Formats: sequence, C-alpha cells, structure tokens
Amino acid sequence: MPLLMPVLLASLLFSIGIYGVLARRNAILVLMSVELMLNGVNLNFVAFDVYLRDKLLSGQVFTLFLITVAAAEIGLGLAIVLLVFRNRESSQLDELRDLREEDDPPARDQVADDEQAVAS
Amino acid sequence: MTLVFVTVLAPFVAAVAGLFLGGRWPRTQVPIAVAGAVVSLGGAVVLAVRVAVDAPLQDVAQVTTVHTGAFDIDVALRLDGLAGIVSVAVAVVALAVQVYSSDYLKGDPRYSSYAAFVSLFTAAMMLVVFADDLFVLLVGWEVMGVCSYFLIGHHWEQADAQRSAVKAFVVTRLGDVGFLFGIFTLSVAAGTSRITTILGTSGDGLSQHTATVATLLLLCGVVGKSAQFPLHTWLPDAMAGPTPISALIHAATMVAAGIYLVARLYPVFLAAPTTLAVMAVIACITMLGAALAALAQDDIKRVLAYSTVSQLAYMLAALAVGSATAATYHLLTHAAFKALLFLAAGSVIHVVGTNLMPDMGGLRKAMPVTFATMTVGLAALAGLPPFSGFFSKEAVLGAAEESARHDGPVASWAAWLVLVVGLVTVAVTAAYVTRLWLMTFFGTARTAVAVHESPPAMRWPLIALAIPAVGLGVVGNRSLLPTWLGLPAPTLHVGLVTSGLSVLLAAAGFAAVVVAWRLVPASDPMRLASLRPVLEHAFYVDDLYDRLFVRPVRAATRAVRWTDDEVVVATVAGSGLGATRLAVLLRRTQQGNVQTYLTGLLAGVVILAVGVVTLT
Repeated sequence: MPLLMPVLLASLLFSIGIYGVLARRNAILVLMSVELMLNGVNLNFVAFDVYLRDKLLSGQVFTLFLITVAAAEIGLGLAIVLLVFRNRESSQLDELRDLREEDDPPARDQVADDEQAVAS
Repeated sequence: MTLVFVTVLAPFVAAVAGLFLGGRWPRTQVPIAVAGAVVSLGGAVVLAVRVAVDAPLQDVAQVTTVHTGAFDIDVALRLDGLAGIVSVAVAVVALAVQVYSSDYLKGDPRYSSYAAFVSLFTAAMMLVVFADDLFVLLVGWEVMGVCSYFLIGHHWEQADAQRSAVKAFVVTRLGDVGFLFGIFTLSVAAGTSRITTILGTSGDGLSQHTATVATLLLLCGVVGKSAQFPLHTWLPDAMAGPTPISALIHAATMVAAGIYLVARLYPVFLAAPTTLAVMAVIACITMLGAALAALAQDDIKRVLAYSTVSQLAYMLAALAVGSATAATYHLLTHAAFKALLFLAAGSVIHVVGTNLMPDMGGLRKAMPVTFATMTVGLAALAGLPPFSGFFSKEAVLGAAEESARHDGPVASWAAWLVLVVGLVTVAVTAAYVTRLWLMTFFGTARTAVAVHESPPAMRWPLIALAIPAVGLGVVGNRSLLPTWLGLPAPTLHVGLVTSGLSVLLAAAGFAAVVVAWRLVPASDPMRLASLRPVLEHAFYVDDLYDRLFVRPVRAATRAVRWTDDEVVVATVAGSGLGATRLAVLLRRTQQGNVQTYLTGLLAGVVILAVGVVTLT
C-alpha cells in the first residue's frame, strides 16, 4: 500500500482535530477533537512503522503508549469538565474566563503599597 | 631619636586616650590632655638643648619605606636646629592652651572631644615639624587642617561657626591642591621625597625652571595655610572658634606651618628667584592690607586675626628677601606674643561676655594681670624696644635693607618694596595696637557686668607666655639663633637706620591714635568716616569672592539640582510610567479565552516552521 493514503488520512484527522480544538465552544467536543488529533498521530506512527519495516516495531509500541495515555487523559478531562459543569451549569469554554486580566490597571497607590510590602 | 618619636606621639596618645577614657571618666580629661602636652614639651625642650649643644646637628631616623611603584616614600623623621626650636614653640603654646582651656571651657559638654582635637593637632604639628619626607609632612599638614575645621566648628550649633569652619576648610584646601602638585613636582624632579636628600641636591639637581614651578605650586599651599593674600579670608572668620583655639591654631602654630615649610625647603626656594619675587609682592599686599583692615575692626579677636595675617606676611617677606633666620625668629616671637594676646583677649571676653571693643573699656583696674600681660603682648606686636617683636621685626627689615642695597637672592625692587611697605606697616600696626589697648582697658567702663580677674588656670598661662614675649628678643638677638638653626643666612642685626625709622613710625602711629582718642575719649579713635567701611570689610575682598566664586557656584549647584529633579528623576519616573502604559496594551491580549491562546500558539508554530523551511 502506498504511504500517501494513510499519511493523507492522518493529516486530515489532525486538521479536523485542530479545527475542533480552536473553534468548538463545548468542552466535550474539544476533548473529542483532541482525541482526533491523537489518533491522527497514531495513524502516522503505524504507517511509518510499516513503511520503514522497523525491526523493533517502535512505532507500534509508541501507538500503544499513546492509546493508554489518551485513555487516561480523556478520563481526567471528562472528570474536570463534569466538575466545571456541576459548578457553573455550563461547559462552554468561552465562558470560563476567570483567569483573564482586569480591563483597568490596578490603582497606583495599590502598586506602591505592594512594593512596600515586598520591601519590608 | 626615640625622643623625637615620643615628642610626636605623646599628644597623639593623649588624643586617643582622651577620646576613649575622657568620655567615660570625665575627671581624667584634663590630666590626660595636659600630660600629653607636658610630655611633648619635655621632649621638645630636651631635643632643643641637644641641638643647641651639638649645633649644627642633623639626625635622621627612618621607620619604614612604602613602595608606591613610581618612587618610594620613606616614613622618616628628621631633627635639626629649625625643627628643634620650632617644636619647643609649638609645645609651649600647646601646653599653655591646654591649661587655659581647662578653665575656659569648664563645663562645656564637648570638652573631651575638644581636648582630644587639640592634642591631635599638636601631634600633627609636631609631625610637620619633624617630618623628613614630603608625604609624611603632608599627612601632618592635612590632619592639622581637619583639626582646625573641627575646632573652629566647636560651637556647631551656631550658624556662623559652621560657616566659618567650612570656609576655612575649603579655602585652605584650595591652596592644598597646588601644594600636593608641588610635592609631586619636587619629588619627581629630585627622584625622592626625602627632605634631607632634596636639600642636599637642590643646588645642582634641580633646574631653575623646575624649582620655580615646584616652589610656586608649594607657595599655593603656604598662602592658603598661612592666610596670605589672596587666600587670607578664612582666618578672620575662623575667630568663631573658642579663643584658645584662635591662640593655638590661628595665631601661633598652624598658620606658621606655611612659613615653616618654606624655611624647611629654603634652598629650593632660593633656587627660584621668581618665586621669591612673587612671595615678596604677596607679603607686601597682605602686610599692609591686613594691618589697615585691623584698624577698623570692632571685634577684638578680628583685630588680632588681621594682625596675625599681617605678621605672617612679615615672615613671608623675610623669606622673600633671603633671610630664613629672620623669618624663623619672627615666627618664634610672634608665636609667643600672639598666643599671649589671644589668651589675654580670651580672658577679657570670658569676663566681659562680648567680643566687641565698643562694649569694653576701663578694664585696667579690674583685671591687672590681664592688662599687664596684654600690654606686654601689644608692645611686642607693635615692635617697641626692648620687647621681642622689636628685634624680630628689625631682623626682617634689616634683611630687606641688606637685600635691597646689596645683591640678595631676590630682585632689588622687591626688596625695596618689602622695606618700604614693612616700615609703613609698622606705623599702621602701632596705630591699631594703640586703638585696641585704649578701647579695651582705658576710658569709661561701658560694660554692664561686674568685672573681675579671670581664674588662675587662665592667668598663669598668660604670665608664662609673657616671659618669652619679652625675653626672646634679647636672647635671640645674639648670633646664637643663626648657628643654632644652621641656616645659610646673614646674621641678625639691628640696623641703625631701619630701627630708628621703625621706632619713629611706631611712635607716630601711637601718637596719632592717642591724639584722636584724647579729643573724644568715649568714642572709637578710628574716625576716618569715608575710609572706615572699606577697611572694616577688609577692602571688600570677601564680597568680591562672593560675587566671583560663591554666587556662580551656588547658581551652578541650583542648575545641577534642577537637572537632577527635572531630567534624571523625570527620566526614571518616566520609564516606570511608560512601562505601565505599555503594559496596558499587553493586558488586552490576556482576555482569558484558552482557544485564543492556542490560536496564537499555532500561528507562532506555523510562522516558525515556514520561516525555517524558507530560510534554510
């Protein structure tokens, strides 16, 4: 089988994954897109392993590793999403913006107080 | 030679001990201070006797050598006639002042540091006197300057004392810059900074140009330290210090250090006729100008200060016309009678409570000891025979006459100038001396306080100093002094013409003031209405300096301060403010959406990848 087909498929999967990660708002769909990207990578590993006829089958070994890691990751990620949803009744990513900078800079005397606290 | 070290170190030890022990046990302050001066005096006297017995004697001791790379500095002391005799004068005055101060400053909270500084000053002066290396001499020279600064500023809570201390420090330092470079020039030219070696090679080792440059630079320091025109302005202001300090530092010893230095390095100065002529001109301007200024002062200490400036000019004039012996002689007699005058004036001030002569008057009966001793001092200052001042001033004028008529080391016009101005100054000196005498001790009492004689610790130093003020004349006039000093100079003599003229002129000055005083006894005998303000402000030299130097410097400091506030500080604050403003832009990107961050990350990766591919 020519190398082109699986590589094309892998890049297609990876691109769809990137699109999903960047464009989707739902956290679960983002996680699924991450899975898509990982599987694109897996496909690449297997395809090149076969193409290069690796004696040690390292590509397939890495794929197994990746499947395990992905399973663990999705478990952890789903748990986080579940907790976020329970707390906020939403899992929309663009609403989870607690770590953004305030729009107004902090007042100057506040800065001076902080500096004094640091100095002392 | 160990005795030389003892003489130098005893006051130093007393200073350190006084500072550490005196603060804890106040009772030890006076004994420590006096003991240091006594040991030093004892050492100096023994040394002087040894020098007198073995004259001419030269003894050098080296402690250690400091390698500097260019040339080596030997820490060495030297004993010879000049050093021996001047050290006695220093030690006598120092002891008198320590004893006197114990009463004058009784109960002063800062007495312990005061006594320590006086001791330290004495040690530094001894170091200058005995130094055999120009750099060792410089150390003593600068320590004296610092002590002078601290002692003038003893009453530092008074604004004028502070100002005078700073002024004295800055003005003398101005001269010391030249002095330092003079030492460099001389040391490099001679290949060593050892005084003994320099004196040995001065005749042939130095070219006339080198000698002229070196001595002119050294003269800067001398002019600053000895308060000669144009750096004389600090001395009258230095009278803000306690009176014993004026006696010790600003009359008898420190200001004489400049003269001593010239006498010490005299062969080098003799090799530079230009310097001698400059010295003669400076001395003449200072001599007459200061004497005229003394004529119009109301503050008794300022009169004495200006007279000190004038008398130091006599010594400088003597050096200029080629007689180091006459200069040293006048230095010694002046040390005695001027210290006496200052201590007597201090005694008057102590009792009356003011420095101003218009507030004194009629003290003759109430203070007989002070009156008698001060009269002796004033007579010596005025140069009346047979007091010491007459003989020493005569030696100076005689040397000038000799140099003017025959070939001296200096051009004959300079010698004539010294002679004429010296004689005129004798008359002016007699006039201001008489004015001081009459206004303080005669006429009606203008003071409100009950006048009494001062305490014994202040009285005895007066009597002790009155003895040399009278006796030094008769002793020194013999040919003893020149051989003692071992200086290449003509013998001292009392010329008939000069002595007759000077006595006549002194009498004229005396008579003029007495006549003016007899007319209106209550008022100031100095009544030249139009001239008076000019003289009182000492020819406005201070105001001139104020215009020329002080105000421009003040303006410059304001400019510097403005630059600091408006440019430097503004730049620093501006950089902080600018960073804050720029940070506002950066904040915009931190809006909390993870996906935006990731997009940025991806874009960055793509740009890097494309860049790597296209550029390699």
